[in-house]
Amino acid sequence: MVEVTGPSDQPLLVADGLTKSYGRLAACRDVSFALYPGEVLAIVGESGSGKSTLLQMLSAQLAPSGGRVSYRMRDGVLRDLAQLGEAERRFLFRTDWGYVHQDPAQGLRMAVSAGANVGERLMAVGWNNYGRIRQTASSWLERVEIDIARIDDAPRTYSGGMRQRLQIARNLVTEPRLVFMDEPTGGLDVSVQARLLDLMRSLVNELGLAAIVVTHDLAVARLLSHRVMVMKEGRVIETGLTDQVLDDPREPYTQLLVSSILPP
Amino acid sequence: MTVMLNVENARKTFTMHLQGGITLPVVQGVSFQVAAGECVVLSGPSGAGKSSILKMIFGNYRCDGGRISVRHQGEMTDLAGAEPRLVLNARRQTIGYVSQFLRAVPRVAALDVVAEPLLAAGVAREEARLRAGALLARLNIPERLWSLPPSTFSGGEQQRVNIARGFISDLPILLLDEPTASLDAANRAVVVDLIAAKKKAGVAMIAIVHDDDIREQIADRTVDVTTFAAAA
Repeated sequence: MVEVTGPSDQPLLVADGLTKSYGRLAACRDVSFALYPGEVLAIVGESGSGKSTLLQMLSAQLAPSGGRVSYRMRDGVLRDLAQLGEAERRFLFRTDWGYVHQDPAQGLRMAVSAGANVGERLMAVGWNNYGRIRQTASSWLERVEIDIARIDDAPRTYSGGMRQRLQIARNLVTEPRLVFMDEPTGGLDVSVQARLLDLMRSLVNELGLAAIVVTHDLAVARLLSHRVMVMKEGRVIETGLTDQVLDDPREPYTQLLVSSILPP
Repeated sequence: MTVMLNVENARKTFTMHLQGGITLPVVQGVSFQVAAGECVVLSGPSGAGKSSILKMIFGNYRCDGGRISVRHQGEMTDLAGAEPRLVLNARRQTIGYVSQFLRAVPRVAALDVVAEPLLAAGVAREEARLRAGALLARLNIPERLWSLPPSTFSGGEQQRVNIARGFISDLPILLLDEPTASLDAANRAVVVDLIAAKKKAGVAMIAIVHDDDIREQIADRTVDVTTFAAAA
């Protein structure tokens, strides 16, 4: 069988038997998959299905009760996240990963200017030329369609859609290889969602980012992802190509999810 | 004669869990080959499984059995049950699909919708947009519409945008699901010409067309799908 050659041949992130239990309650059971560079994976399921718990374990914010997550560092070596030193963890959080929260207030500093929100990530990785930082920040604001005239305003003066776009700029400015997104369009008006989705889709394509997107919205999965994992009661019950899972759902629960979408 | 697609004994059944788990057999024993430069038309009444077969080849539908081999990067590669990465890679480099309906992405201009497959294949943006414009012009989409998202277009215009998107690529296998369904005579003729040009370029095509006249013009061979009827 012929496969792609080059760096995308090797997985960027590997989850192996990930489990999280709270006493007798298993929030996430035995999840395994590999994510390749440039690949967008959607994790779908209703509230309480374990998808957010899984995302937290994948992004090293929550220690698993069993199993492990490995990540290919920039030197090409696949490393167990639990074994990383503090400097390496910092590198992932500040540079090589992005994390887009559903609530932008969690991912932004609401009282400092938009420019500083974006520039801060650059300063954290050692940039110290004010002019260059400001220039890079403005070019990112433009890319996420925020009027440069608003660069000195704090995000608390922004609309919900603008805050979410600013959060995306803040995450992408360090050119991460992997971005985690937790319900990135949740809580936004439908028209604002469409604009945000379109923006995320083109940025992911242009930058060749890998992304793991948690969403309960199958339309978001359809538009953004290559692959889907459907979760129910802490388990992955179905997985595959996005259009295959959505056009030809196999499991009863996936059929229920797909049939519950209102036609456009 | 280079075989580009070889379907062997492919089978598909739907299980409808929400309807008490009833099973709907769709097709079984699907076997046929398509060579480079050939257009094979699938024939049979509505509901015989023609579109399902195209979807099985493209990978939107899973196969319950059999093999679907395509010539991908020089080697026959089985896509039935293949890893998502392999299927995605085959879609970028080998198989294109022209469906009846455009799944429009909000806010993306028609020109970019058409150019996108070329960009994905690594063609430079300028060249991709030039080729997209040329094809849209050929399909009689006025230039003033190119910068607008196709979601605002009429049904026929959307279909032509979709045809342009499907035909713009240099992929060696194309699946055509009623490409002329709601087009007027002039645009049907354009599509017939596009198909002829693809044949000349050695592209293997599998098509569904209901119009007898179009079938006459494009089919090198027909495959009768009713022979793959699944026993209920």
